Amino acid sequence: MLEQYIRDKRKEKDLLLMTHIVLGYPSYDHSMRMVESMVEAGVDLMELQIPFSEPMADGSVILRANAEALKSGATVEKSLEMAEKITAAFDIPFLFMTYYNILYRNGVTHFVDNMKRIGIQGSIIPDLPPEEAEEYLAAMAKNELCPIHIYTPNTSEERLKFLGEKSEGFVYVTARKGVTGKDTAFDQDIADYLGKCRKATDLPLALGFGVKSREDMEFIKGKADIAVVGSESIRVMEEQGVKAVGGFIKSLIL
Amino acid sequence: MKHSGYHSRFGGAFIPEILQTTFDELEIAYLTAKDDPTFWAEYMHLMGTYSCRPTPITFAENLTNHFGGAQIYIKREDLNHTGAHKANNVMGQGLLTKRMGKTRVIAETGAGQHGVATATMAAKFGFDCTIYMGAVDVERQRPNVFWMEQLGATVVPVTDGSGTLKDAINEAFRDWVTNMDNTHYALGTACGPYPFPDMVTWFQSVIGTEAREQIQTYAGRLPSRAYACVGGGSNAMGLFSGFMDDKEVELVGVEAGGRGPGMGEHAARLAYDDASVGVAQGYKTYFLQDKDGQMQETHSISAGLDYVGVSPILAHLHETKRVRFEAAEDKDVVAAMSLTIKKEGLIPALETSHAFAQAFKEAPEMDKDEVILINQSGRADKDIFTVADALKDPKWEEFIIAKAKEYSNA
Repeated sequence: MLEQYIRDKRKEKDLLLMTHIVLGYPSYDHSMRMVESMVEAGVDLMELQIPFSEPMADGSVILRANAEALKSGATVEKSLEMAEKITAAFDIPFLFMTYYNILYRNGVTHFVDNMKRIGIQGSIIPDLPPEEAEEYLAAMAKNELCPIHIYTPNTSEERLKFLGEKSEGFVYVTARKGVTGKDTAFDQDIADYLGKCRKATDLPLALGFGVKSREDMEFIKGKADIAVVGSESIRVMEEQGVKAVGGFIKSLIL
Repeated sequence: MKHSGYHSRFGGAFIPEILQTTFDELEIAYLTAKDDPTFWAEYMHLMGTYSCRPTPITFAENLTNHFGGAQIYIKREDLNHTGAHKANNVMGQGLLTKRMGKTRVIAETGAGQHGVATATMAAKFGFDCTIYMGAVDVERQRPNVFWMEQLGATVVPVTDGSGTLKDAINEAFRDWVTNMDNTHYALGTACGPYPFPDMVTWFQSVIGTEAREQIQTYAGRLPSRAYACVGGGSNAMGLFSGFMDDKEVELVGVEAGGRGPGMGEHAARLAYDDASVGVAQGYKTYFLQDKDGQMQETHSISAGLDYVGVSPILAHLHETKRVRFEAAEDKDVVAAMSLTIKKEGLIPALETSHAFAQAFKEAPEMDKDEVILINQSGRADKDIFTVADALKDPKWEEFIIAKAKEYSNA
């Protein structure tokens, strides 16, 4: 379903845009307004991050957003309620991004059933490799939700294939090593690497980590299906307020 | 797929995709070294010529007479270079780093002991070295920061989260996911993703192997009980692994009871009922967390035990009841340290003093022909600032005030 949506959209656009927010940062009210301005500006799909106290794979911007959200009272229950409101109000696919302990403590199957109930279409769990994910993958399959795994520049060809087989919807490709929110040099190396990723799976590819300008979008066009803007739109909100986010997103769309 | 990184339901390797290759390499390097007798010989030679191994066991005659119960023996890991058992792990990982052809090491540190040990290893092997330390701990532990910097390490204060050990671990992982090509993360305890718990235990097992032989030589028998403090659990795993198959030896792990039970008051994951099973920092174990899985604040008088998780191997041994877990409260820990200093002239670290506190509770009730063994994992004389605060020594305070005046007048 998600994969078909991406393929249909790609007939209209050369490059889709996925954005990322941290639920409850700085408040749930802000989260709703962020989604609203992003959807209005033309975002094609969105990641909603449920805050966790130990976001190991995130860089400083998203890390602090997680901590601040928790400090101002974000909980899993409130995040699920907000997500339910968001999916009811807006007509694009929404995914969860969070860390495994959030699912584990909730009961993995129970959590995934809830995702289905509230209209979330898939999830990215960066600290859950397929080897540890038996229950999660079974629950996702049962609910026809999309588990999205991650390709990195040092993933072997064999493992690219394996991760592609374990994914549904699309595969998330990190443009470089490291954590979210740092600069990326979009160069020939990334183009070659995306070529390798393309060979390993038939699923659409989303490229993230360090995407923040129209120039980056131009580079990605034709090499991946989706560009992911994460930390940068949070940074724009922090520096210029929610109202500026729509303009920033519009400036990216090709 | 390959890994067998579980101890019943605990452990595993919940790692970001970017580190999969790095962990594959590390596992191969570890398993290859384990199968290679020349590696262990090189390790033992290094520890014998650089870090005082084998460390002795000491019969604590005065404490034994004082309590009038079991005979108290002490395994002297405080005599390691840099003053704690941390050296056993760090030097082993240093040799592995060399074998893997990496040129830089990073580490987390709480109180600073593991940071100092890693910086020392880096200096000896010629590695670049970055140590991540919670900003709160950097403030509390300036003397250790001073030595790390003198040893050539870069010390990075971590302000995120609670600014303590777990946040330093997160930050070390963030460095590693960027720099894995030339960098090894020398994790300081028997926690984290596989193979760290098993690998760190392997290096620390030198404690238990020596102690088992020594206690039979000196006391003529195996101990009835063996005590070790438990933060992450590496010194405990080191001592216990020597006696794992001796069913007559009761193994006792002593956690930080802080101010007593109740979330936020202590760092006892297994002895108290406040922790629950979760997955964080790459592994599954008991964590001090809320119902959503958010990690909670912990408290201990000793920074080295002040940690939300515990070795997955110890979580397993807790469930199988092979190890009994107790918690010692701050006030009993300080009293046990003072008594040991006065009676034996030994200066156990605050962390270590937890094991002493529990042993002192139990020794008087035991028969005189029984033997107990306490692992003195580290010494406290280098932690003079922390210890002086714990003992509330007024003369020390006067000295610091006078010293501060000296600097501000200079």
